[in-house]
Amino acid sequence: MSKLLHRDVLLQALVLGALVLAMVWLVANVQSNLERQNINSGFSFLSERAGFGINQTLIEYSEDSSFARVLTVGLLNTLVVSVLGIGLATVLGFVLGVARLSRNWLVNKTAMIYVEIFRNVPLLLQIMFWYFGVLRNLPSPREAVSLGDAVFLSNRGIVAPALEMTAAAWWYGAALAVSGVAYFWLRRRAQFLRLADGTAQSIWRPLAMIAMASLAFAALLGGVPFSFDIPAFKGFNFRGGITVIPEFVALLLALSLYTAAFIAEIVRAGIQSVAKGQREAAAALGLPDNTALRLVVIPQALRVIIPPLTSQYLNLTKNSSLAVAIAYPDIVSVFAGTTLTQVGQAVEIIFITMMIYLTLSLLTSFAMNRYNARIAVVGHKS
Amino acid sequence: MSSWTPTAPRPAPSNTVGFVAWARANLFATKLDTALTLLAFTLVVYVIEVIFGWAIIDASFTGDDRTACLKEVQGACWPFIEAKFGQFIYGRYPGAERWRVDLVFLSGLIGLIPMLMPNVGFKRANMVYLLGFYPIFAFIMLNGGMLGLATVDTTDWGGLLVTLVVAITGIVASLPLGILLALGRRSDLPIVRALCIGFIEIFRGVPLITVLFMASVMLPLFLPDGVNFDKLVRCLIGVALFSSAYMAEVVRGGLQAIPKGQYEAAAALGLGYWKTTRLIILPQALKLVIPGIVNTFIGLFKDTTLVLIVGLFDLLGIVQLHFTDASWATPETHITGYVFAGAVFWLFCFAMSRYSIFMENHLSTDRTSS
Repeated sequence: MSKLLHRDVLLQALVLGALVLAMVWLVANVQSNLERQNINSGFSFLSERAGFGINQTLIEYSEDSSFARVLTVGLLNTLVVSVLGIGLATVLGFVLGVARLSRNWLVNKTAMIYVEIFRNVPLLLQIMFWYFGVLRNLPSPREAVSLGDAVFLSNRGIVAPALEMTAAAWWYGAALAVSGVAYFWLRRRAQFLRLADGTAQSIWRPLAMIAMASLAFAALLGGVPFSFDIPAFKGFNFRGGITVIPEFVALLLALSLYTAAFIAEIVRAGIQSVAKGQREAAAALGLPDNTALRLVVIPQALRVIIPPLTSQYLNLTKNSSLAVAIAYPDIVSVFAGTTLTQVGQAVEIIFITMMIYLTLSLLTSFAMNRYNARIAVVGHKS
Repeated sequence: MSSWTPTAPRPAPSNTVGFVAWARANLFATKLDTALTLLAFTLVVYVIEVIFGWAIIDASFTGDDRTACLKEVQGACWPFIEAKFGQFIYGRYPGAERWRVDLVFLSGLIGLIPMLMPNVGFKRANMVYLLGFYPIFAFIMLNGGMLGLATVDTTDWGGLLVTLVVAITGIVASLPLGILLALGRRSDLPIVRALCIGFIEIFRGVPLITVLFMASVMLPLFLPDGVNFDKLVRCLIGVALFSSAYMAEVVRGGLQAIPKGQYEAAAALGLGYWKTTRLIILPQALKLVIPGIVNTFIGLFKDTTLVLIVGLFDLLGIVQLHFTDASWATPETHITGYVFAGAVFWLFCFAMSRYSIFMENHLSTDRTSS
């Protein structure tokens, strides 16, 4: 045994030694290359003036902002398209997954064809299709397609009325908060009563009454809590309203439609994995169909669904980097793209970009693992 | 004596057989079902109408430039695909040398088709041909520069040729690399294990596009002055490393599914680590994860399109490039091009997924389900 151990230690020492040597060699190369090409190193460039504009910024940004600001703007743009994409893809994916299991032949086959088409065509192609093929082919703002003179579709994107909250919105917020508190209080009370003497009480009727009463009170005090800023065509473009840039629409659409096809397959496999006997047992206990679905089938299916669903969410976030192909200002596009060409510090910039994606990945898997642990079978290993 | 003859059985009630019964059971079982069927039917008819109208009725089929595709109601612009077809397949590969590409495609198919058919023999000889002879032959034929063949620079390669070169190299490299990484991740040697975990998690945690950026922008910085790889080769390395990390996780799933008894039995027979792995563990583990492996291949095939972002012209890249041709600029050119490229990619990916289902059934030793 000790002889084997020696061999193992030697082997690993060799691997480590080779790795260290390779590292030293690479770092030396980088240094000499950087010196020869007159490229700075270090992260001081982050505080320099960026000098270029970005067409979608969730926070204040101008050409005078720093490269660090560019990074933040890009990261926020990545996050907003990823989060919305995850939401849309999950809803569509669950609908399609359930449709795939429908006894209804037509519904079943329609969902199948959708899944087979969308998951077998490269995402980049789908993004470009929606952007260059569809959205950029829309008429110019002058001849924009209008929906009820409020929402306008043109090759500059979607312009929609902006919802503007007035001060009265606070009253409504307070009303919602009151209802929220009432919900938790009622639930605890119902649980307490059930444990005490076994009486089951519905909490929905008192909750609805409280919510309606508090909202009516808010309406009385504050009136209408919002106003609309309706866009209108003036000069060469629209004024007012909010504009959603076509790059965002194309990317969101492509990411959601593509990922939904994968989620549909995951949901289908998850529901199919629940043994038939479970449904039968639920029926034997007298549970109605939808209660059996809610209390027996879905909780067990979720255990199978959650881990692969997590990796789909991660994939969607990483795939949002394809934004660079249609110049949606995500982190890869504005930071690893524009900033890199301006500053030239490839090593630092690619490193920061990769670290951010790694962090996003780790955070998402951490959150999903927590959720997974909560719903896992008690007493089951992993 | 008259013998008793049974009366012929009466036919089943008409509403329990044939199309009517099938429709009642599968389309109109409940009120909700009926509503869903009608909804889905309307949707399907609408989509078919749009596609059929665009691709056939309103489409143009002949013509030499954009004027053929500027009708009042214009569908697909198929002459664009016809005119550019050679470019889409070979890129800027010189016309007189394209037979070399054809020969490479053909000689690949000659090896691949019998390889994929489980009942055809000579698997070992075929393997030597495909993995030993073919890559060298393909390289010499495509790149040229020897045997009297003119050199064709990789910057002139393009279209489906580049897509296939990147995809096939990625597939061939990622499987063995992935297996090694998966074995390393389960190794008892702490340093090897840590290195493998680090490699896998880093490559799985970042998007392919950043890996390709790294390969195209950063890799030259890591090499000594004067040493440089071809851009295509750098992308190949990036794609292969990226997909090997995913492959490693798929293979690990298979390795984890092998019961401990298999290792113990192999040890009892006196097999060492490599023999146990090669003869006992991997054959079982890989068989279990064929669907996962093929899914990784399909993902890799689709991911080859990303090379266009770093300036290579794969099929999608070359289609995109030809949109800038002013003599074909029409409102429908883009969609036609994307539909064509999409159909080609779809065909490859769909074929791979069907083949994986076929192989899964073929290799299944579970006799209870056919």
